[in-house]
Amino acid sequence: MRYLPLSPDDRSQMLGAIGVPSVDDLFKDVPQSARRDGLLDLPMHQGELEVERAMSAMAARNRPAGAGPSFLGGGAYRHHIPASVDHLIQRSEFMTSYTPYQPEISQGTLQFLFEFQTQVAMLTGMEIANASMYEGATACAEAVMMAGRLTRRDRAVLSGGLHPHYGSTVRTTSQFGAMDVVSKDPSWGVGEDLSADLDDQTACVVVQNPDVFGRLHDYSSLAAACHEVGALLVVAVTEVVSLGAVKSPGEMGADIVAAEGQSLGVGLSFGGPYVGLMAAHKKHVRQMPGRLCGEAVDVDGRRSYVLTLSTREQHIRREKATSNICTNAGLCALAFGIHVALLGEVGMRRLAGLNHAAAVDLADRLVMVPGVTVADGAFFNEFAVTLPGPAADVVQTLADRDILAGVPASRLFPDRDDLANVLLVAATETNTSGEMDALVAGLSEVLS
Amino acid sequence: MKLDTFTGHKGLALEEPLLFDLDGRDRSGVDLLEPDLSNNRLGGLERTAPIGLPGLSEPEVVRHFVRLSQKNYSIDGNLYPLGSCTMKHNPRVNEKIARMPGFSDAHPLQPESTVQGALQVLDTLGLWLRTITGMPAVALSPAAGAHGELCGLMAIRAAHTAKGDPRVRVLVPESAHGTNPATANLCGYKVDPVPGNDRGRIDLNAVKAKLGDDVAAIMLTNPNTLGLFEDEVLEVAEAIHSVGGYFYCDGANLNAIVGRVRPGDLGVDAMHINLHKTFSTPHGGGGPGSGPVAFSKALAPFAPLPQVVKDGDRFRLIEEKTGEAENSIGRLRSFHGQMGMFTRALAYMMSHGADGLRQISEDAVLSANYLLSELQEDLSVAYPAPCMHEVLFDDKFLEGTGVTTLDFAKAMIDEGYHPMTVYFPLVVQGAMLTEPTESESKASLDNFIFTLKSLAEKAKSGDVERFTEAPRWAPRRRVDETAAARNPVLRWVPPSPVADAVE
Repeated sequence: MRYLPLSPDDRSQMLGAIGVPSVDDLFKDVPQSARRDGLLDLPMHQGELEVERAMSAMAARNRPAGAGPSFLGGGAYRHHIPASVDHLIQRSEFMTSYTPYQPEISQGTLQFLFEFQTQVAMLTGMEIANASMYEGATACAEAVMMAGRLTRRDRAVLSGGLHPHYGSTVRTTSQFGAMDVVSKDPSWGVGEDLSADLDDQTACVVVQNPDVFGRLHDYSSLAAACHEVGALLVVAVTEVVSLGAVKSPGEMGADIVAAEGQSLGVGLSFGGPYVGLMAAHKKHVRQMPGRLCGEAVDVDGRRSYVLTLSTREQHIRREKATSNICTNAGLCALAFGIHVALLGEVGMRRLAGLNHAAAVDLADRLVMVPGVTVADGAFFNEFAVTLPGPAADVVQTLADRDILAGVPASRLFPDRDDLANVLLVAATETNTSGEMDALVAGLSEVLS
Repeated sequence: MKLDTFTGHKGLALEEPLLFDLDGRDRSGVDLLEPDLSNNRLGGLERTAPIGLPGLSEPEVVRHFVRLSQKNYSIDGNLYPLGSCTMKHNPRVNEKIARMPGFSDAHPLQPESTVQGALQVLDTLGLWLRTITGMPAVALSPAAGAHGELCGLMAIRAAHTAKGDPRVRVLVPESAHGTNPATANLCGYKVDPVPGNDRGRIDLNAVKAKLGDDVAAIMLTNPNTLGLFEDEVLEVAEAIHSVGGYFYCDGANLNAIVGRVRPGDLGVDAMHINLHKTFSTPHGGGGPGSGPVAFSKALAPFAPLPQVVKDGDRFRLIEEKTGEAENSIGRLRSFHGQMGMFTRALAYMMSHGADGLRQISEDAVLSANYLLSELQEDLSVAYPAPCMHEVLFDDKFLEGTGVTTLDFAKAMIDEGYHPMTVYFPLVVQGAMLTEPTESESKASLDNFIFTLKSLAEKAKSGDVERFTEAPRWAPRRRVDETAAARNPVLRWVPPSPVADAVE
């Protein structure tokens, strides 16, 4: 077996040194009734070639999004990732290291985390950020709990424009705690005024920008209304590329930002692993969940980095910790950080601009398709269209023709009949004019 | 400042500034066209103020991150004996497989007909994990071990709630990982700590004394955090079940028993499995992890969403709390789980097979016991042999030497080794929890043994400075963690506006 260096001879020498006749003697503390002598009912070991062959067969049963036209968004976006990102994250010293508990031999991880925290703070327009969360929805749930701790209140109001997976994650995570979660209906077609839901028991209001239907909002006045009653504004961002073109949550007065960083460096990967971003005001840092990396000096006075403020965390504070999180999204945070480093200010703005331009182009084409109504209002790289019949059927028909037309709203809101005909369409820098033509032609044909 | 060179570099050990110190302003490492935004629909919400990101070309970025990488220790470079972390070899074919476009470029919301292979991976991984654990259901979506704990405890709370009483307390051994009490607290439970006995196991009498009909569950790590198998685990399971409570097992140490002991045979009701430990998905400097949870029949109905089911030769997802999933605790995250970790873990399991998985635990346990046996005269072993996959030393052998566990750990760095887990578990003074894993050759183990023996001898012979001054040869010497926490600097900030004005 190629991964196991010990030879039978090594094993017997080691058993001899230990002074036991058989490895079974080392398992003597296992109750007799629970010991298994035989093998599990599973296939025997296989070579690399055979494993690759079996896994390739499964991979071949999937259509890669990039194998043809694809306009899927809904919280995960297909972007081009520069080749150097994947090369760098596969360096042994990044990929096969552990959480940087020993700072003297983990400066590589610690410095990129410090840079990542800075990049996230800059992009979100906030003062500080942590060293990553699992992904966007869990970051959002943690943000709600953090708001509860900060305000000592127990009511959270979720906008109807919040991605339903985020809403469900908040509700699941809060169901056995003190937080009372009020979820607003998806405000399709009408504006949403959350200021009426604010009271002196409200810990936070959670909104999303762009919202799950792709619409952009200025939350500045909502932020002011929240602050008026002592509540916090949590802004979720599922398409982080938007931050290169759209006013940041920090500029709108957000108190906590919970975002999905998948769009930069990470890739689709059927939903995970992704990277959760969390940013906040510096004054709230001691209620933040997750790892934080801070600047320090070593005994020779050299600039160094170290995990810090760990007295918030489970391994020190146990049941009084701010969260139970331990492992985060280290390597995905690195991928994010490298992609952002490659883009820089100019690249980030151009990438965001190209995404918006592609979506505007697509919206202008779709509006010409008979039966298709493009939703009004501002958007970034995703928007909603209404079809004459159920969007899921149209999506399936087009998928059979190798066109991934978008996400039917019914996939995210299965119990909302009023959204059955709504299709969410996203365009990114990866979509060509030819792919847009294919979608327009496909839709025209299916709807005619 | 003690620098022997003009540059601060020392041969191949290169100093590297922050990205932000390298800023080339309008440079970019990605060539993108200037977009035409004459017809923008941003609704007046354009971001006008600078974001502040530095501009660098591709070679500058590549060099920056290569240099950073060179400041890290890694399992590819040397033995990584962090106890309870299972730093084993990460096979590269798994990386290749995870990057097959059918997996890496599949969108999570594609129609099911276009992702049958991805759903097949979920189903197949579930089958392997059910077989390995001997438990009837597995939830794949939790993102890491602690997230799996949350999933398990929530299912337990939901099961109690369904019977009309969520109950109040969760029993947690004093030696438990910090995630256990933190998780119980998140689920609204009061943590009731249980002491261990003088054999390093949970005190069965203390468990029994604390039982009552307000106890929702016990959270027990097995093998435990002292590297010992809980030999009264069946009695613990029976006791907790006798009051209607559930047995949550922290599966962090599954590597010790995989293929030899099925947690289901120990009476476990819920257990998370760290794919990034036992099944070798890379730790990546702290993630991503993946923490599927195995459930007993009693808890299976409460498993989270989504779930994958097989109808004939087609796979489909259950994404809502209806029909067969009406009692589900709900969704714990977006989408379906850590797919990139599932493909790697499944490839790893298939590579080993039933025979190899059993050999993993045998070699891991054999290697740890070999360390114990070879080092017991030089270091001090906290509990008598045998241990499981990790051996726990305490600091008795350092008594009177002026060298602490921390000093000893830092001296190991100078010798080219990452230290073992130190000061955990908290119940053992100056703990050094050492887990070699099955990935080390005998020669590698012998080198490690030689190093620890030599260091122990030096400590005892009064060469204190070797330890208190360590590390001397690492990219950094000891870092002032106290000052860092007192005045936290958590991000780079641009130089003051005054300096900009002068510029």
